[in-house]
Amino acid sequence: MANILVFAESRGGELRKVALEAVTAARQLADASGGGEVHALLAGAPGISDKASQLGAHGADKVFVIESADQERFARESLAATLTDRARSGGYRAVVLGFSAQGRDLGPRVAARLDAPIASDVTELSMNGDSVVAKHPGYANKVVLTLTLSGSPVVVSVRPSAFTAVENAKAGTVEKIDAVAAAGATVTVTEVKEGAKGRPDLGDAQIVVSGGRGLKEAANFRLVEKLADAFGNAAVGATRAVTDDGWRPHSDQIGQTGRQVSPQLYVALGISGAIQHLAGMRNSRTIVAINKDKDAPIFKVADYGIVGDVIEVLPVLTAAVKAARAGH
Amino acid sequence: MKIAVCIKRTPDSESRFRIAASGVAIDESGLKFDIDDFAGYAVEAALQLNEKAGGGETVVYAIGPESVQESLRKAMSMGADRAVHLKADSSPADGIAIAKALSAELRDGGYDLVLFGKHAFDTSAGVVGTATAELLGIPCVTAASELSVANGQGTARRELEGAAEMVTFPLPAAVTIDEGVARPRYPSLKGIMAAKKKPLESKPAQLGDIRVTVQKAELPAERPAGRIIGEGAAAVPELVRLLQTEAKVI
Repeated sequence: MANILVFAESRGGELRKVALEAVTAARQLADASGGGEVHALLAGAPGISDKASQLGAHGADKVFVIESADQERFARESLAATLTDRARSGGYRAVVLGFSAQGRDLGPRVAARLDAPIASDVTELSMNGDSVVAKHPGYANKVVLTLTLSGSPVVVSVRPSAFTAVENAKAGTVEKIDAVAAAGATVTVTEVKEGAKGRPDLGDAQIVVSGGRGLKEAANFRLVEKLADAFGNAAVGATRAVTDDGWRPHSDQIGQTGRQVSPQLYVALGISGAIQHLAGMRNSRTIVAINKDKDAPIFKVADYGIVGDVIEVLPVLTAAVKAARAGH
Repeated sequence: MKIAVCIKRTPDSESRFRIAASGVAIDESGLKFDIDDFAGYAVEAALQLNEKAGGGETVVYAIGPESVQESLRKAMSMGADRAVHLKADSSPADGIAIAKALSAELRDGGYDLVLFGKHAFDTSAGVVGTATAELLGIPCVTAASELSVANGQGTARRELEGAAEMVTFPLPAAVTIDEGVARPRYPSLKGIMAAKKKPLESKPAQLGDIRVTVQKAELPAERPAGRIIGEGAAAVPELVRLLQTEAKVI
């Protein structure tokens, strides 16, 4: 029997998808170690406690809620102190977070404070005797490492989309707590610049539509946007060549040094498939590629490839996807 | 400013990897190693900050076998003033152990700023920088894509999912560097000559217990071979049909 503590990440008053995935991963780990409770910690501005029921519905037995105006922006040092304090006083076997901008910041802080071993960006979790075993794709997804973490507690951050959030209703009892204040100097958030509204994040989206140099010029990205609209809730990504040229913001880059995504569907438009790009998307479930060069490496990983000029094929595809979704 | 940069030596990311006979590591034979990409950005960021400030000292640190000295020399050929090699048979998978060794070394160094790459290519974990800062008890900005320092205060930008966070922080502090801060310069011939005379201190790394170990290393499952379904716009109906009936994503 071992209880697991989860950091249930939110931003702007909304739970992030990875919060529910982390609860699911924690539930699996608790069950693998002979059953135990999953307790989530949720922090945000007043009103955030409304989101606790979603955590309960996905398997949290208890939800610690910090509601404070100070938590509206990511209060990293105070959250690290609070998670550490809870983990220590509650005798948890593990602290589970998402490997997101917040989780990859907090995980090592909590591990250092607890003097606990940590595994990052984990895609599978299990127990081997008394040890937590974590699978983690390293070397930009080119080598899969199976790590053994000895000792208790441990800290684990899970790769977004690697665990599918499943409903598994537990009590989700809310317990309001106060954050532990940060000791010493801290990082202060002066501004949060929101990106383009109306599209899901690249890491959260079920469908990612992505463009490369084959689009010929920045203006042609509107064709990519139109295809994303046709799919409904798709995110739009780009290759490094395109972000380096300023066609798209740096934050849209998919690849080894950018975002790594694994959606249900990845549509590569005018992308040749440089090895660095493949490192960022090869774990997608279904890959579609449209490229004029039939020998482009992208076709080696594409489940469905079309050889052709993406500028000509895109409008036809967009219309066909729209029609298909409308049930024609 | 006095700036420490902790670097890692990693294999060329474009390599084709094989698993070593041990089954718990990659086969390193024939691979090219260099300063990790993100650590390279961190070295460049440190050099630029000190150039802008009109002076200071940049000290590079690395943990690992003798071979990491080559990367430390390269950082000095780019312009770092001196280097410290913390000797270990290998760089362990336990980021907290590495953070302990680095923090023990950096604690009394009097550094204004300690820089790291946001993560290294091989472990892709992103633990060491932040954990070292925690052990040192200094503020830490993770994955900064812009960084500047003026009047004892730092300013940075962090990319979030679909947004960006602008932050300020007091010195001394640690920052882990993302792409975008600075493209590393190539060492000049003069720099390479000068680096040979710069001090490189070597001493054992105080790693302590290693609690994260690699039990198995394997290549990921290959994707089924790709399939070209047709040419040009004429292939679109077949593509949409497959997406509906086979992939079931529409």
